[in-house]
Amino acid sequence: MTLVWIIAIPLVGGLLAWAAGHRSDTAPRWIALSAMALDLALALGLWKQYGAADFSISGPWLQELHTSWIPQFGISFHLAVDGLSLLLLLLTALLGLLCVPVSWTEIRHRVGFFHFNLLWVLAGILGVFMAADLFLFYCFWELMLIPMYFLIAIWGHERRLYAAMKFFIFTQLSGLFMLVAILGLVFMHHTAAGVFTFNYAELIGTPLSRTISLWLMLGFFAAFAVKLPVVPVHSWLPDAHTEAPTAGSVILAGLLLKTGAYGLLRFVLPLFPVAAGEMASVAMVLAVVGIIYGAVLAFAQTDLKRLVAYSSVSHMGFVLLGVATNNLLALQGAVLQVLCHGLGTGALFILVGALQERIHTRDLRAMGGLWTNAPRMGGVAMFLALASLGLPGLGNFIGEFLVLLGTYQTSIPIAVVASIGLIVSTVYSLWIIQRAFHGVAPETRRVSDFTRREMATMAVLMAGLVWLGLYPQPVINTASQTLTRIQQTVVTAQSKAATVKLVGMSSPRSGEIR
Amino acid sequence: MTSAMFVVLLPIIVTGVTTVAVMLVVAFYRNHALTAALTSCGLVAAFLILPVSGAAAVREATALLVLDNFALYYIGLILLAAVAIVMISFGYFERRAVDPHEYYLLLLCAVVGGEVLAASNHFVSLVLGLEILSVSLYALIAYARTLKPLEAAVKYLVLAAGSAAFLFFGAALLYAEFGTMELPTIAAALNAGTPIPSAIVLAGLGLIIVGVGFKLALVPFHLWTADVYEGASAPVTAFIATVSKGAVFAVLFRYFTESGVHAHHALLFIFTLVAITSMFVGNLLALMQLNVKRMLAYSSIAHLGYLLVAFLASGPLAAPAAAVYLAAYFITTLGAFGVISALSDRDHEPENLDEYRGLFWRRPWMALTFTMMLLSLAGIPLTAGFIGKFLVIAAGEESARWAAILALVVNSAIGLFYYVRVVAVMCAGTPRSSEASTLPPALPAHWSGASALVILTGALVWIGVYPAPLLKVIQALVTLPG
Repeated sequence: MTLVWIIAIPLVGGLLAWAAGHRSDTAPRWIALSAMALDLALALGLWKQYGAADFSISGPWLQELHTSWIPQFGISFHLAVDGLSLLLLLLTALLGLLCVPVSWTEIRHRVGFFHFNLLWVLAGILGVFMAADLFLFYCFWELMLIPMYFLIAIWGHERRLYAAMKFFIFTQLSGLFMLVAILGLVFMHHTAAGVFTFNYAELIGTPLSRTISLWLMLGFFAAFAVKLPVVPVHSWLPDAHTEAPTAGSVILAGLLLKTGAYGLLRFVLPLFPVAAGEMASVAMVLAVVGIIYGAVLAFAQTDLKRLVAYSSVSHMGFVLLGVATNNLLALQGAVLQVLCHGLGTGALFILVGALQERIHTRDLRAMGGLWTNAPRMGGVAMFLALASLGLPGLGNFIGEFLVLLGTYQTSIPIAVVASIGLIVSTVYSLWIIQRAFHGVAPETRRVSDFTRREMATMAVLMAGLVWLGLYPQPVINTASQTLTRIQQTVVTAQSKAATVKLVGMSSPRSGEIR
Repeated sequence: MTSAMFVVLLPIIVTGVTTVAVMLVVAFYRNHALTAALTSCGLVAAFLILPVSGAAAVREATALLVLDNFALYYIGLILLAAVAIVMISFGYFERRAVDPHEYYLLLLCAVVGGEVLAASNHFVSLVLGLEILSVSLYALIAYARTLKPLEAAVKYLVLAAGSAAFLFFGAALLYAEFGTMELPTIAAALNAGTPIPSAIVLAGLGLIIVGVGFKLALVPFHLWTADVYEGASAPVTAFIATVSKGAVFAVLFRYFTESGVHAHHALLFIFTLVAITSMFVGNLLALMQLNVKRMLAYSSIAHLGYLLVAFLASGPLAAPAAAVYLAAYFITTLGAFGVISALSDRDHEPENLDEYRGLFWRRPWMALTFTMMLLSLAGIPLTAGFIGKFLVIAAGEESARWAAILALVVNSAIGLFYYVRVVAVMCAGTPRSSEASTLPPALPAHWSGASALVILTGALVWIGVYPAPLLKVIQALVTLPG
């Protein structure tokens, strides 16, 4: 039942916050805060409950809930959690909780409706991480879009409507391709096994011909690649991230992008291991292109928020690289990168949001010398920049290092080119500090430093980054069983396919000889 | 005619009797509430009596009409839609400076026409139903008798009469070939016939497709749609978009499926082409509209295109998919026009997109309802529209209609743009801004229209969240034999 509560609390909290918004502006904030705190407590409770057991219990899931929903098509309301989902649930609950204090002073209009949307988008994301039925997964996948659309379109900055629309259409169109692919998979399963089912566990191992498997995989990949984002389909991201209000950017960068990574790990690899293997080299190239391209473009930005947005493209490239490489090290690196990027970029967006609230611009050229005005902000920014450039001892380093280590075993050139991305990221990270915080402050400008509320928010995120950088083992342990299973599924299926291919190739040749 | 046939025909008879009753009452005692109440009671009674006719042993009433489960489903849908329209109209005409009494009479006539059409088994009943429906619609469209509705009505009159002529000529050609006007016999003959039918048959079918395509507003027979939707008053537009199309679609689906269209590649190609062009033309033109009624008109063209994908699929999922899609389309279209009706005042309907600016902050419930309807039209999960779209895609994939599915997916994204644009406009602006004060003061919604909207929204969410019971009923009802 805990799983249902985790989704139900933000849903109900959202409705309450909306209703309370008619009376006062503070009530919705406290309702949202307590709802997310409760959710975080539940998620932590789950982690504690299974943290002791080394995640090698019998079934694939730690906990699941299964009720029939649309029996005619074998659709069920099926939530399930394993180590991987648990980590992402924790990340979602934590960032979701922090989004409330972040918007405490920024959001002044329609506070109730804002928190309704905030909590509902979080509920959608939580659902995505828990759904074990493909129809349900698709529903949650779409459910998180509409509140996000409102968050950008109502409380966003100058070009908010354009950005919101672009975001919505990109994700919707790619989502529909996924829906077609889901249905295709279900029909293939129906042909093979004679029953309609959308159950994830049953659909794994559906026999697929090579072409069909490739097409269906591409359908899923389209949806996840847009979310991740992978370079040719990333163009919604800088707009949406830049125009969204701070909490919206935090959720976009910290959580929504992660649903793409999660989808690749959870669905693309296990459902289409052979096709994913065939696509791996293409995906790796795309990942490296993303790493370099995102970093170079980040460096070229003058809008601070856009800069952080492009750095996300670069960082998420490492995640794709890890997934495409598909050995255990790289997968672990990808998961760590997901978590650290969530914390680190979330914190960076909070910082930029706080800056904009104070100096009413995001233009780097108008900044400079902020350190003298606001030393606490400067210190935090320095820390985050170091985390983003991959300083050893902070989380991102572990993630990127593991991914590169894993990639090195598969393809040395790719690993070499990807590491160049680290250099460029150093450049743009330090560039932020130099342009915004160093230099001479204009005499006239007065900037108030971080308040206690803001420092507390930042402290949580920074502590998380340090912890992941110094002692990531608990996190690795939590995800390792899931990742091992995914990796083994893929390897087994690929080797089986290779044998079949070998036999298939040898037989006509032997025929020719005869 | 035996007495058993009367039992089977009860739904149509009850509607007909209500029509006469309303006519007599209106002649002697003119009270808007009474007229509307009588109309809706008659429609509800006709709906409640459907199981009686469903329990009859023989479902064919003369050679003209057949009220099997398939027909009863569509008749039920028509009746429910008509009840919703009556509720919406009552609130609408309470505000309007138009004498509303004969409106209900015409509405009932049109419903009878729709019922006959959905149950028709013979060219004669087909023509009868179509003409009863069309003639009532001419008057309904022109009902307000101001310039714009009259223009729309004349347009509809000329084109509908022309398209009916096409249909009759097509029927005549088929009669010349097969020597019968009974649709099942013709369908069976076509199904058993040679793979390439004779030129006369092809011409006949082609002409019938023109007639049907006009009623369904499929491209390239769609030219009347936007003007008529814009000109007619909002409840009448809702009627044209739902009842009139649903009845024609029921006939089309039944007999074209029975005659094995799917085996004839040429016909299949034509329908695929019509479906795909309807989607693209409808959506691309809707994209350019700043008038909400015109936008909904073009979007309905696209939606009929989506519906044709289910029609093109020949597998066991096709009939339920079409039925669910149509039900979802009915609910959302009625809801959308219901909102427009509820926002209307004495002499003005909010048509321009600008009038919806900031609606979220002025009329939050109306805006929320409209948003739900638009999201359902866009096919977002947890709305009825999504379940419909899901089933249509499923049916299409089952029969491997990949081109149509690809068009559907791309068009859904195009459609999203203009649906969401309305939502964006509704949540733009603030109540304090100057433009809001220039708008006429908002009347509270009339209870009748508002309750219709509540029911429609409830149905929309219910089907979207828990469609299992509806699917069960529909699968039991609409599966065609063979």
